[in-house]
Parts: sequence; C-alpha cells; structure tokens
Amino acid sequence: MNTSRKIRVLIAKPGLDGHDRGAKVVARALRDAGFEVIYTGIRQTPEAIAEAALQEDVDVVGLSILSGAHMALVPKIMRLLRERGMGDVLVLVGGIIPDEDVPKLRAIGVRGVFGPGTLTSDIVAFIRRELGLEDGLDGDHAEEGEGS
Amino acid sequence: MTRARTPEEIDALITAAQEGDRRALARLITLVENEGPAVEAVLQRLYPLTGNAYVIGITGAPGTGKSTLVNAMTREYRSRGLTVGIIAIDPTSPFSGGALLGDRVRMRDLVGDPGVFIRSMATRGSLGGLARATDDVVLLLDAMGFDRILIETVGVGQAEVDIASSAHTVIVVEAPGMGDDIQAIKAGILEIADIFVVNKADREGAERTVMALQAMLGLAPRTMTHHGRRMRVDMPEEARAWVPPIIKTVATRGEGVPELVDAVERHRAYLLESGEFHRREATRVAHELDHILREALLQRLVRRISPARLEATVQQVVARRVDPYTAAAELMRREEEARGEDRGDGGA
Amino acid sequence: MYDREKAQEVRKEKQRWQETTVRKALERFPERYESFMTISGLPVERVYTPDNVVEMDYMRDLGLPGEFPFTRGPYPTMYRGRLWTMRMFAGFGTAEETNRRFKYLLSEGETGLSIAFDMPTLYGYDTDAPEAEGEFGKCGVAVSSLRDMEILLDGIPLDRVTTSMTINSPAAVIWAMYIVTAEKRGIPRRKLGGTIQNDILKEYIAQKEYIFPPDPSMRLVVDTIEFATQEMPLWHPISISGYHIREAGSTAVQELAFTLADGFTYVEAALDRGLDVDAFAPRLSFFFNVHNDFFEEIAKFRAARRIWARAMRDKYGAKKPRSWLLRFHAQTAGCTLTAQQPENNIVRVAIQALAAVLGGAQSLHTNSMDEALALPSEKAVRIALRTQQIIAHETEVTNTIDPLGGSFYVEELTNRLEEAAEEYFRRIEALGGMIAAIERGYPQQEIAEAAFRYQMEVDAKRRIIVGVNEYVQDEPIEIPLLEMDPQGYERQVARLNEVRRTRDNREVLRTLRAVREAARNGKNLMYPILDAVAAYATLGEIMGVLREEFGEWEEPVWF
Repeated sequence: MNTSRKIRVLIAKPGLDGHDRGAKVVARALRDAGFEVIYTGIRQTPEAIAEAALQEDVDVVGLSILSGAHMALVPKIMRLLRERGMGDVLVLVGGIIPDEDVPKLRAIGVRGVFGPGTLTSDIVAFIRRELGLEDGLDGDHAEEGEGS
Repeated sequence: MTRARTPEEIDALITAAQEGDRRALARLITLVENEGPAVEAVLQRLYPLTGNAYVIGITGAPGTGKSTLVNAMTREYRSRGLTVGIIAIDPTSPFSGGALLGDRVRMRDLVGDPGVFIRSMATRGSLGGLARATDDVVLLLDAMGFDRILIETVGVGQAEVDIASSAHTVIVVEAPGMGDDIQAIKAGILEIADIFVVNKADREGAERTVMALQAMLGLAPRTMTHHGRRMRVDMPEEARAWVPPIIKTVATRGEGVPELVDAVERHRAYLLESGEFHRREATRVAHELDHILREALLQRLVRRISPARLEATVQQVVARRVDPYTAAAELMRREEEARGEDRGDGGA
Repeated sequence: MYDREKAQEVRKEKQRWQETTVRKALERFPERYESFMTISGLPVERVYTPDNVVEMDYMRDLGLPGEFPFTRGPYPTMYRGRLWTMRMFAGFGTAEETNRRFKYLLSEGETGLSIAFDMPTLYGYDTDAPEAEGEFGKCGVAVSSLRDMEILLDGIPLDRVTTSMTINSPAAVIWAMYIVTAEKRGIPRRKLGGTIQNDILKEYIAQKEYIFPPDPSMRLVVDTIEFATQEMPLWHPISISGYHIREAGSTAVQELAFTLADGFTYVEAALDRGLDVDAFAPRLSFFFNVHNDFFEEIAKFRAARRIWARAMRDKYGAKKPRSWLLRFHAQTAGCTLTAQQPENNIVRVAIQALAAVLGGAQSLHTNSMDEALALPSEKAVRIALRTQQIIAHETEVTNTIDPLGGSFYVEELTNRLEEAAEEYFRRIEALGGMIAAIERGYPQQEIAEAAFRYQMEVDAKRRIIVGVNEYVQDEPIEIPLLEMDPQGYERQVARLNEVRRTRDNREVLRTLRAVREAARNGKNLMYPILDAVAAYATLGEIMGVLREEFGEWEEPVWF
C-alpha cells in the first residue's frame, strides 16, 4: 500500500437539506477508489466546511446540495476557502443544479458539477485527472461494461 | 497534494505555523503523516518546543459515543481556558487503501473555535507506521501550544490499542445495550484503562454495565491497573495505587463530563506527584526510539537484499525446500557477510 | 390455491420443460444474464406456474376487495366507484406564488391540494433566520406565520378540497395554522379534511429532517393523533411514509418493512397514551414510493395491505374493519428521474403511475420531467397531471379491481415481499423496537448499503439507465425552467417584520409561555400551539421554545 501519496477529500452537505444518499454513496465510492474521505455530515455552515477543509488539509472538497440553495452557499464557501489560502483546492458540486447555473459556478472556481445520474466512476476519474494522477491505474471501470 | 518540499519551504511552514497560521499547521501534519523525508526536519526544529501538552487517549467499541464524548470534553476544557488538539483515527480499508473518516460529524460545535484543532487520520498501512505518525502529529500539536491533546481511536485492533496506550491518560468508553458483554474485554483494552466511562448512562442497562466493570476491577486489580502492556516490567509500587474510576456520562447532554475531566486532571496530578509521569515519558521515549531504530534497521536491511535474491528465497520456501525461519536467518547471514566484505574493501 | 395433485403435475412438467425445451433453446440462445432479479434483488424465475402459489389459500390470503385481508383492495368498488385523488405536490417561493399554482392546478382538474414547504419551514425556522440563508422558497413555499398561511389558502374552498401537507418536525404548528385560517373563515375544524405527514421516524431513518430527539418527537406525534381523534374526524394526523426511505436508496422490501414497522411503533405509542385503537387506527394513512420495477411495486402495495390488516386485527386487537385498512398515497420515484434527456422521464413516470393504479392507490402524485434539474415548470406539471388523466380515462385499467390478482408471478412476489418484511420485523424486534434500532443506526445502515450496491450495479452496467449509462446523448437540454419572483425574499421578510410589528406582543409572549409549560408538564401541545399561532407567534418562535425544551438531535453517521 502506498502511504506516501494519499488523496484527501472532504465531503460536505451545506445548507438545510438532509438528503444524504448521494453524498454517502460518493463518499463510499471514493474510499473504494483509495481516497481518504472526511465526511462531515448534513447541515453544515459554509464556515464549518471551509474550516474543516483547512484543518484536514484536503486536496478536494465535494459539496452536495439538492435544495437549490447552491447559488447562495457555494460562492460563500469559495470565498471562505480563498480567505484561508485554500483557493487551489479542487471543488466539486453535486446535486440538482440547473444548466444555467453551471457556468456561474465555474466562473467562481468550481471545477466539476455533477447532476443526478452521474456515475461514481466518472467522479473518481475526474478527480484523478484534475489532480494530475495517472488515469485508470485502479478503480476505473473499463470502457465496455460487462453484461452481467 | 503531497509533493516534495524544499527545506526552505518546510522552514517557512514551521515559522508560519508557530505564528498561528492554521493552514501551515495542517500542511505540516500532512507532511509528517506521509512519513516523507520532511519528517525529520520538522521534528528536529520542533522537538525542543514539545513536552507541555497532556495527551489523553479515548478508545472503545463503535457506537459507544466516543466522538460525542470527545466533543463534550473539549467544550469542558475550553470553558476551563485550555486549548485542545484532537486526533480522530479511523481504520483504512484493507481492500482499497482508502478510508471513511466520519468523526467530525459529532464535533461540529467545535468548528470556528481557534482554540481547537481537529484532524482525522486513517490507520493506513503498517501498525508501527500508524503509531509513529500519531506520535509525530502529537508532537506537532504539542509544539504549537495545545494544552490538551485528545486521541480518539476505535478499540478494535492492536494498532488502536497501541495508539491509545501511548497517551498519558487512557479512557475506555463503554455503553449499555451494546450486547451482553463489556465490549472492551473482547478487544483486550480493559487493562490499559486509567479511567472507565459508561456513556449513554440514561439508557436502560447502564447500572448493569457499571456493575460488570466494578466486578471485573475487583477480580483482578493488579493486572488491570497497569497502564499498557509494554510498561508491565518493573512497575513500581506507587503506580498501582491508582484505581481506575468508573464515570457515568450522557455526552449528548454534557452530563458527567465535568466529572470526567476532573478525573483526568486528578490522574494527571497523580502521575506527576508519584513520579510516574516521568517514568512513563521515559518508557514512551524508549519505545519511540525502539520504533525508529527498528524501522531504520529494517529499511537498511531490506535495501541491501537484492529483489532477485528475495524472490528466489520466497520460491524456495514456497517449494518447501526450506522453512521461513532458516531462510530468514540465511538472508541475514549473507547480508552480514556482504557488509563484512564491504568493510574489508573500504579498509584496504 | 390450486389442486395439489394438479400443481404437482405442473411441477413435473416444468421440470421436463427445463430439461428439454429450455435447454435446447439455451444452447442456441443463452439468456442475457446468468440470473435475473427485481430492482430490490429478489430472484426472479424464468416463468411462474400454479405450483409456485399452491400453498396459498384464496380467502385467507387474498379475500375480496373491501374485505379482510384487503390484499385486492381497500374498497369494494375501487376505481369503478371513484377514481384516485390526483394530488400534485406543489409549492415554491412566496405564499402568493404557490397560491396561484394551486388555483391553476385545481382549474386543470386536480382534485386535492398537496403543499410543499421550503427547507427553513421544514426545520422550523423563519425565513430571516441565519440558518435559512439561501434556502428561501427553493423546495417549497415559505410559511413563517399565520399571515403566510392565510395568503397561501386564499380563495381555496377548504370545506371542499382536502389538503395534504408535507411537514414533519413542525407539523403541529403548520397544522394549527391551517386550522386557524379555516376557522377565521368560518369553517369549523371538524369539517376539515386532509393529511399532515408528521412521520418523524422516517426522518431519522431516511430524510433527516428531524429536529428533536426521538422521545419528545414521538410525544408530539401522539399529541396530534390524540387531537385529531378528539377534534378532527376527517383529518389524517399522520402519513406513515416509505417514500423517503425508498428515495434514500432502500430496496422495496426495506421500504415496506421499515414503513410498516414505523406504523406499528406509532400504534403502540398511541396505545401507551391510553387511546382506543379503533378510535385512532382509521385515521392513520400511508405514503409509498412507486419505483421502476413494475410488478415488484404492485406486489409491494398488495403485501402492505395484507400485513397491516393482519397486524391491526390479530396483534393490536382492532375490532372495526376500518381500523384494518391500509390506505395510501403514492408518488412516482423522484430518484429515478434523470437530468439527462429529461423528456424520457415522462415515460418513466407514466409506467410508475400505472403501477400505483394497478396496486390500488388512493391518491397519486406524478413527478414532472424536469425535477432532476430544478423545480417543475407549469408545463411539466401539466404533462405529469395529464399522465394520470390518460391512465384514468383512456386505458380502461380502472374497470376491474386488482386486475393482476391471480397472476402467478405477482402473487408469488407478494408472498416473497411479505416474508422478507416479516424477517425485518423480527430483526427490529430483536434490537428492542424501531426507536432503539434507529438509535443504533440499523435501518440507516441497511439503506446506505442498498443505495451503494445499486449505484455500483449502475456503474458496472449490470443495470441500464437509459440516457445515463447507455444510449447516452450529448445534447444541450432544452426545458423551460420555472422563473421565480426575484423580489420574493424581500417581500416575505417585509411581511414577517410587519407581522412582528403589528401583532399584540404581550399575547405572543403569554401564549409562548403556555407552549413552554405544556412542553414541560406533558399536556397536549396542540391547544397552546393553536393559541400561539392565532396570536401570530411565528413558526421560528414556537419551534424555538420547543427546541429549548426538548433539545436537538444529532445522528451518528452510518454509511
């Protein structure tokens, strides 16, 4: 086991909505891809998320929001991360995000936006690519899925 | 991301961390956790600043409410004007090498307090590696001036038991309704406890759990009061004078937590007054040195054995031509001979 | 259900068929999978025959519609008498906007209201609370005081429509607002019909919109059941919900088992309060998800009715047949909607809705095609409603009751689901009941496990989701999305401030004190809450008092 290079990911649910199915499934899938996943649970304030990202020195912050409050919450989290010198962290947003909001989120530094129906293997591959790790070493599914 | 850092960068991080830059502290923790070559440089600079923090290990079976207890204890310490560093350890998946670290969920009221720093750690690879990485992170938090350091581990494996037992005070947490047995017996962590906590004490069966603990303490007081198996040798008489108290808490409501913190501080005073603190520190350092030495010697040995030879030996053992003990002895003998020749050459 | 000898003959024939006809066919055309299973993972055989259901006893296990054990339907005439209630869940932004949507839906032929509240309301916060930042009006309508409720229901004939309110932790307060609004218009509370969801157990299990710890939460639920029993004969004070359990990723078996186990827990809590089972049991209602596996879903509804009837009669000793009935609302599965190629969702919803109807639902909400993207637009909602109307009026599936009853496969699946649910009941019992199981994270862990397994199957293409992991198309999505009033938030906060300024604040303080007192002394909270609501105490104020008295719950994490 390679102990010298561990990708650390913070998975957080800002805002009030408690639908944590997606966050938990993604957290598990990332663990199974060999990442260290810090799960902070539901109803997190933007301050708590930024502070946890800092203390845990994560490479990736994954935010799950299904309530539609993303345009209020994500910019604030991005600002708080920058204030803490964490502007270089890879930030992903998952949830119900209308198409028209995607460019707005990208403009403030969100690098990945994932809607319902995203395959977890795509998220893993995305993180690997964005962090400049060799693609497809392990955990990646082959292009042709098996029939059964 | 982890990448090699220059000595200047490391120096700058240390300076920044000492000036209160929490981001720098977080990065230093990553460096020592990754056990890269930076560790030595970091510890060399910081070691003289350590020795002030008091380290408390909290361990127990899953579901006993350890994280909530750590949260409540931290609040109590903060109300007493002390700063707290927290290391929350969860297991690494043996299949993927990844980990799910969920202890922060229960510690949300601590976020935003500059007198608290929480770090989640995965057990990662080797047992010794985890113990050393934890010790190193403790040193870092110690050097940064945290008064109390709480290490939370799931009391399920030897690694976790070892981590906990390198703390000054070890708290073993139980909860009623977790099955008929005291969970710790199975994990073999009873004997390292300085303090027992029966958490969720408002639940049915709490008294039964307390009584079961009392009965056990009464049965074998001599072996129970030892602090950690590695310190079993030459235990002076005074060290046995501490009888682990059993404290009932309802961590979700903070009930019993001031009493628990009082007990920790009593244990601390006891260790200091009896001279046991110094002895424990000596034992701990001896242990740490032992760790580092072993690790270094092992590395050196492994480096000197060629992969081809190692593979050939493995195949021989697999083929039952030789047993593993003889094979290992043979490898060592060859390595020593080779070293002798090296020396011979060098001396010529 | 069949002559044993004949069934034995069929079994023998089936054996022969497998060894000859099937084997030959398989040699030339192997099947697509080695084994087949339902979405929930129950094994499915190649074909079902009478020998699969030979142990069944028709009258014992199925009976006739409107009679014990109600497997075939809760009512003797079902849709031949009255169609199901077409109840579209709606709510967004301010009370004015949602009121307009309600009137639109009623004019389009909807037959019952269903109110969605926004996140702050669901958590008992006023719109301007700091915790509510960014959440106003996003997933529903904001209701912070009686004034909002009055506007929300303006011009709606409350004596003629029934209203379902999806509200849980603050259910008592929101319900009180509804009651006071009606009474101020001269409609007495005993004439009001509708439902509050008020199912707190599934919040701990699945949706996580809890506030208080389980014990005070259960006390509030029983307070509302007691109040309904005494004062509101037409109201369902609880809708025991599997919907959210399924949305959280459970299997059909888990949805069935955990929902019914929750139901038993409420029955036991009400009995502990000293209520007569036949007084409250007919007021209990259910809410299920309707997912993609057509036959499994139909079997789930049939099994639910049978299990509930048997338990109510045989375990809880209910005497009135109405106490044995399980009546349910169904909603098509939000989690099956895809953001990709959203028009496909219309087809998914239609098939799911058909399963709900064939399963005997009493009311139905059909999701809109754009809900994986945002709040539904008016057009999308209309198509969803039309889907129900097409099923009701064009397909003729309503002509006979339980048309799939007697299908070897559906009967076998119904039995399997019942058995699997019973197994869960035993495990929950062994853990000390549902509340103890929740505190130990048992149902939460089971669901998380199922959700993960399902996603891994999709990732590995063991399950095909059209447009997601197969038949993928990279086209921009063209769906008109709902526009919300950009001044809505300001309008809402201004109204809230005006309420706070113009009400009698001494009366507010007095009524809030009475709420606190009742929280402490155990008297039914509904009465002081009605007074506080009438005095225009806000939702946040009333819930704030209860937060102080009851404390807040935080769950351990289960993956």
